Amino acid sequence: MSVWRIARLVAAKDLRIEWHSRVLTNQVLPFAGVTMVIFAFALDSDAVLERVAPGLVWLATMFSMLVLVQRTFAVETDDGALDALRVAGVDPRAIFLGKAGGLAVQLLVLEVVLLFAAVVLFRQTVPVDGLVLLVTTLISATCGLAAVGTLYGGLAAGFRGRETLLPLLTLPAVAPVLIGATRAVEAALGTAGAVVSDGWPWVGLLLVFAVAFGVGGSLAFGPLIDE
Amino acid sequence: MTTTDSKLETTGVSTSAGTGSRGSRILGITTIIAMGWLVAFGLGFSPEDRDQREAVRLLYVHVPTIWIAYLAFVVTAIGSAMYLFTKKKSLGWDRLAGASAEIGTIFVAVTLVVGALWGRLTWGVFWQWDARLTTTALLFVTYIGYLAVRQLGGTHEQRARRSAVIGLLAVLEIPLVHWSVRLWRSLHQEATVLGTDADVNMDGLMLFSLFVGVVAFTLLYVWLLMHRTRGMAMEDYLDDRGLDEALEARRAEGEPVARGDGAN
Repeated sequence: MSVWRIARLVAAKDLRIEWHSRVLTNQVLPFAGVTMVIFAFALDSDAVLERVAPGLVWLATMFSMLVLVQRTFAVETDDGALDALRVAGVDPRAIFLGKAGGLAVQLLVLEVVLLFAAVVLFRQTVPVDGLVLLVTTLISATCGLAAVGTLYGGLAAGFRGRETLLPLLTLPAVAPVLIGATRAVEAALGTAGAVVSDGWPWVGLLLVFAVAFGVGGSLAFGPLIDE
Repeated sequence: MTTTDSKLETTGVSTSAGTGSRGSRILGITTIIAMGWLVAFGLGFSPEDRDQREAVRLLYVHVPTIWIAYLAFVVTAIGSAMYLFTKKKSLGWDRLAGASAEIGTIFVAVTLVVGALWGRLTWGVFWQWDARLTTTALLFVTYIGYLAVRQLGGTHEQRARRSAVIGLLAVLEIPLVHWSVRLWRSLHQEATVLGTDADVNMDGLMLFSLFVGVVAFTLLYVWLLMHRTRGMAMEDYLDDRGLDEALEARRAEGEPVARGDGAN
């Protein structure tokens, strides 16, 4: 079987587990929602919230991603499934791409819900001419986030006491995504007078990031999980 | 046990000699002399700056430490690559990478602290959201993460492979962070007034003092690196031997019984 086919199977398996357990809908999404609400408590000004809403969407996404990543590897390590996959001779690149794909789908759902929350809570509007930029940004940023999350999630998985390492490794690495995606979404939504054309250079950054960590991650994943 | 002995031998340390050797002692003394020079030039001979007055003397610590920190992280990347891509998989490369990262992280911390103090004196604030500062802060956190990965446990080989991969991923990460932060600041803030580190019209004596600083901190780096790699080799050796000795003690407990049974 080709790497891509196995990756698709792994991703489908992850999403099926997610669909049955409903951790995303019952726990992660509410957590992300609460994060948006407590941002409002901390910032305490309608004007400020309106200005920083795109950044808050991405911050909430990243915090929730940490939970999702732990979850996606907890299902593997609980029964030694990751080791079983390795023993079965599954290419680690396929595992990486599959798990990143499954994570990416969940992140996309999360981002759409958070954007909707930003529209409702922080008075954002989604203009039609920014729609293409918005969708491209969401997809490219998600690919980068999923690659980094899967890579460091695999390292942190399976051993007690390693969970605390995940945010330390992940958050500095995804800083470029936070910067790029926030600016691009600001441009797409027209926050603080930004125009759509300002957003495209940031999409370039996000794409480079996604490719770099996609390739780097698929190469590095094998040595990292191979205990 | 023989393998660990040979590992230790390759580092040139005998088990009872500590981490010092003739070479490191000479280097250590040279470092002390160079540091004395740096104090003399930095605090004494070099003139005060026209604009920054005495505060400019922080330059002689601030700039060398960050240069050496970058050098240290390059050495970490080289050590990581050598461990991963050479056939022999020598743990010596891993220890070199780890020791270098430890020293580099400390030097970045020194740079950040000195820079914050300098910023307070010249800009009036401890911190500016400037591209270079922000990248340096993220660099610092990244290598703290690398050092945390080294502490995860497992065998030496597991540690070496894991941290080598993380050490190389950092090389991928840092340029991306730098690029994004620079793009962020260049688009969103007018050019910040930076310190004089890039001033080409620097006074000759100031430039020489900076040179003394670079030499002194390079020597300090090499000296620390020698001791730290040897220290790490000893830690690894102790880990392995601790287990061996426990096993031997266990076997020794069984031996008298075996002899009593009349077995040869």
